[in-house]
Amino acid sequence: MEILTYAFMQRALIAALIVGITAPAIGIYLVQRRQSLMGDGIGHVALTGVGLGFLINSSSAWAGPVWIATFVAIAGSVAMELIRWYGKTRGDLALAMLFYGGMAGGVMLMNLSDAGSNANLSTYLFGSITTVSAQDMTAICVLAALVLAITVGLRRQLFAVCQDEEFARVTGLPVRLLNLLIAVTAAVTVTVAMRVVGLLLVSALMVIPVAAAQQISRSFAVTFALAVAIGIGVTVTGTATSYYVDVPSGATIVLFAIAVFVLFTLLAAPLARKRARAAAGGADGCTLEVPGSRAPADDVRV
Amino acid sequence: MEETSPPRSDHPVIALRGATASLGSRPVLRGVDLTVRAGEVVALLGANGSGKSTAVRSVIGQVPLTGGDLTLFGTPLRRFKEWHRVGYVPQRTTAAGGVPATVREIVTSGRLARSRFGLPRRADREAVHHALELVGMADRAKDSATALSGGQHQRVLIARALAVEPELLIMDEPMAGVDLASQEVLASALREQVARGTTVLLVLHELGPLEPLIDRAVVLRDGCVVHDGPPPEAVGQHALPGHDHVHPHADDTAPATLGTGLLS
Ligand SMILES: Nc1ncnc2c1ncn2[C@@H]1O[C@H](COP(=O)(O)OP(=O)(O)O)[C@@H](O)[C@H]1O
Ligand SMILES: [Mg+2]
Repeated sequence: MEILTYAFMQRALIAALIVGITAPAIGIYLVQRRQSLMGDGIGHVALTGVGLGFLINSSSAWAGPVWIATFVAIAGSVAMELIRWYGKTRGDLALAMLFYGGMAGGVMLMNLSDAGSNANLSTYLFGSITTVSAQDMTAICVLAALVLAITVGLRRQLFAVCQDEEFARVTGLPVRLLNLLIAVTAAVTVTVAMRVVGLLLVSALMVIPVAAAQQISRSFAVTFALAVAIGIGVTVTGTATSYYVDVPSGATIVLFAIAVFVLFTLLAAPLARKRARAAAGGADGCTLEVPGSRAPADDVRV
Repeated sequence: MEETSPPRSDHPVIALRGATASLGSRPVLRGVDLTVRAGEVVALLGANGSGKSTAVRSVIGQVPLTGGDLTLFGTPLRRFKEWHRVGYVPQRTTAAGGVPATVREIVTSGRLARSRFGLPRRADREAVHHALELVGMADRAKDSATALSGGQHQRVLIARALAVEPELLIMDEPMAGVDLASQEVLASALREQVARGTTVLLVLHELGPLEPLIDRAVVLRDGCVVHDGPPPEAVGQHALPGHDHVHPHADDTAPATLGTGLLS
């Protein structure tokens, strides 16, 4: 386990673990309300924040871009939520403007700054997990704790809002506040995951573990647990693999996640058959046991 | 000196007066008066697009009123906080969302009106189980909602509304796309609620098996109330005011009834 002797790899693995937990934890709510691509949109908008960070504070490459990206991503996600409320019919066009504007703005600002080279841009787009510093770790841990507290602590309320918003309103839940909370939490998760998988692949880690888990699960609780387990599994193995084989961490993680998805999809059909057999078998067991103990009664009934 | 046996307040449960509402720029409610008193079962009838759902959704505050006023249990909607007194069944064809959820998980979310941010207690679990029994879905509690038939989806939606043990039950087309067997189950569940004194406002396309339960019918046409009184005697729309000639019952499905524009 020589991989664990390097401080930068320890940090990378912990960061990967944290992202593996938080991305599916918030992603499940986005998938539940059929907004799987919201994470992608936030990622696009966050790029403008990264560019802005480079332009304003080109001396300190990390502290600037990440915090400004977090701020801009939150602003973008809140804007998306407002468009969803008020946008009505032209809402999706407004969202498209926001996404592409965010992307273009990021590339433009990055090129205007001195530090923002194309190489730098690509570490944000595709992730660069081994460059995570000790200060980054503090920020990542604090933000991730926040994300986890919200997604687990408010799971019953968020479940209700994402399952049926109109119904949730009639239970008296503060639906708009909870929607904003989901948006902000998703934005924070995007910036936490940015270094690990990159802005272009963040959404994949929010959606694919959930999609894989729901192939074989029947309940929300199990889907949640399984998605987080898959998230941890693919981020940690993906990061370790990228160390040994020298491939980009983000791409490795996402490809692993897709492999798990394919595996679970293949497992789904036999598993469903087994469950059906188990259910039928249980019924058989009842009717077969009865004649054993009370054969005459059973004969009479038939 | 108390003469009335049930402790019933003087306020109507729902009082909607002169309500106007628009969707987009289109006026959908054009001065709707709707009063539902405690213990009443009121059916809201009307053609597709006549504004039934909009009326119901304005009652629960989902569609803002542009004019008129609304009180629930005597409290103006703006100040109304006692949502645990209201059960709502929205117009849906499915109870499922984008992620698998069991029947019990969905019905449990109906209890949030009582235990909003607290932990679920035993009373909550029992209420959920009871609601599932009422609609005959207790044996499917652990199944995924995606594995249900149309009628079963509707039963789950109703159980979710019943889980809160509401005093007022608002249902938007609970019988749409429901097979006859499920309709009977739902009718008996509703009968039990009404017997317990629950006030009911329900949007219906036709009275169907619920007919004997209904005290009063309100008919909408183009966002206006065109009838408020005893439910039409004949099946469906035939005896509604505004209809030129009464068809025999057997003519129930005849397209000729489209002429009324009431229940097309
Ligand atoms: N989101 C919307 N935007 C604009 N118009 C709408 C919207 N929803 C419904 N409408 C219109 O409002 C009218 C009333 O709709 P609704 O209340 O759903 O009717 P009903 O439930 O009686 O079938 C219809 O004419 C419909 O076209
Ligand atoms: Mg309707």
